[in-house]
Amino acid sequence: MTEPLVLGIETSCDETGVGLVRGHELLADSVASSVDEHARFGGVVPEVASRAHLEAMVPTVTRALAAASVRLADVDAIAVTAGPGLAGALLVGVCAAKAYALATGKPLYGVNHLAAHVAVDQLQHGPLPAPVIALLVSGGHSSLLLVPDLTAEIVPLGATIDDAAGEAFDKVARVLGLPFPGGPHIDRAAVAGDRQSIAFPRGKYADGTSDFSFSGLKTAVARWVEAREAAGAPVPLADVAASFQEAVADVLTRKAVAACRATGVDHLVIGGGVAANSRLRALAADRCAAAGLRLRVPRPGLCTDNGAMVAALGAELVGRGVPASTLDFAADSSLPVTQVVAA
Amino acid sequence: MLLLALDTATPAVTVALHDGSAVVAEMCAVEPRRHGEVLAVFIDRVLRQAGAGRADLTAVAVGIGPGPYTGLRAGVVTARVLGSALQVRTDGICSLDVIAAEVVPAAEGSDFLVATDARRREVYWARYTADGERAAGPYVDRPADLPTGLPVAGEGVLRYPELGRPLPPRYPAAGQLACLAAGRISAGLSPGPAEPLYLRRPDAAEPGRPKRVTP
Ligand SMILES: [Zn+2]
Repeated sequence: MTEPLVLGIETSCDETGVGLVRGHELLADSVASSVDEHARFGGVVPEVASRAHLEAMVPTVTRALAAASVRLADVDAIAVTAGPGLAGALLVGVCAAKAYALATGKPLYGVNHLAAHVAVDQLQHGPLPAPVIALLVSGGHSSLLLVPDLTAEIVPLGATIDDAAGEAFDKVARVLGLPFPGGPHIDRAAVAGDRQSIAFPRGKYADGTSDFSFSGLKTAVARWVEAREAAGAPVPLADVAASFQEAVADVLTRKAVAACRATGVDHLVIGGGVAANSRLRALAADRCAAAGLRLRVPRPGLCTDNGAMVAALGAELVGRGVPASTLDFAADSSLPVTQVVAA
Repeated sequence: MLLLALDTATPAVTVALHDGSAVVAEMCAVEPRRHGEVLAVFIDRVLRQAGAGRADLTAVAVGIGPGPYTGLRAGVVTARVLGSALQVRTDGICSLDVIAAEVVPAAEGSDFLVATDARRREVYWARYTADGERAAGPYVDRPADLPTGLPVAGEGVLRYPELGRPLPPRYPAAGQLACLAAGRISAGLSPGPAEPLYLRRPDAAEPGRPKRVTP
């Protein structure tokens, strides 16, 4: 018997993502992003994102089906992000997925966005061992999870107490006059910088928890830049970018490795848009190697929000015989990570 | 012919099936903020009630508002996906026209307005002739800026009684929407686009310079 073919739909933020996955094999991953429409506002505007999802939905599904050379009728199940995310944006994807389920008569899974970020690694690196520790970092979330069973049991270990890591990148980019989204621009600017040149604070660095805090770091960078400007001195953009990025990567990787040690788990998975950051990837690789941990980070295109991750989790759920969601499940902007499938 | 009609532009979620001569099944519930939970279930139920399957559908029609955006999009995306997946004609019809079609007998020869709640102390509205033709609109305005002296249908007049003499109905009904769409189809008209009538731009302000953090 061939493995299940799953259509995945993701609309939790500003990417309309549609993926097609058969078992652990990625067949298509189409993304329509509204990021350019948000750039001049310095952050994602929920209503702009929701309107863009509505316009992009059917064309993106059509493109994904064509790219995978499959017909809608070939799909065995449909999966969609039920939450967490922007309420209005989630609703477009959830309603679309329900309509595809009605039109095809196929089972529908409303799934947790964070669990999908973990599941997507299977498309690149094969089956995940159990348990793993997952570090998920993006503009909307920053959390450390213990994952004994991707389809049934996820234990939150810690999360940000203020800004998400990606949010800190966006805000620091603004201070430095770099465009939104800040992550790629700071990463690029940092290449020429000295990451040891400025000792920015590392919030909650040694507090023994798995929680994060990036608000103080963001303010410290702004204060440092303002002090230079007040003194009439030039702002060394590359050094500030590199030192800020180092502070974020240092805290994230230190806490992730500590979580592995504390739980006795020897596999770490990193996902989310910030996992595309080159310094985070390099430092995580060094520290996992030093600690004897196996590190798995999907390629950047799979780290950012996409439909393939939702399809990947859907395929896992179908493969394990998990019951589908009922047609009345809600888009839930604060769906807890402990709930992998929306009831 | 089997036409599925739905409207989510108001707090009502309403779904109906029309077989080319009459409405054969209809469901409606006032479920503000639960459109996404209720709509697909209602579609499934009207099909069952009519003893029909998804493959029997030959057309989809949807109310395109104006209405509060989040609920409105639930209906429009559902209609677009069904139209695309089943490869059937998809018609968008102004939700105020759906209310107006039901008003005509009660208007007793008078022009009338239809007004629905646009939140933020405003209403979505349009003006109709006595036989239900839209003469102006749709617009979004403050209640005080609407024409006076005409009877008014829709939830807007219940929220803002100063608008005029109230007429039923309060919300659009998918059965009525189905009749309008069936009329368009049998008249050989091309599909009205399933494009939401937002009438307002998204709220978003371009940021100024970052706020200083140094005291
Ligand atoms: Zn994400």
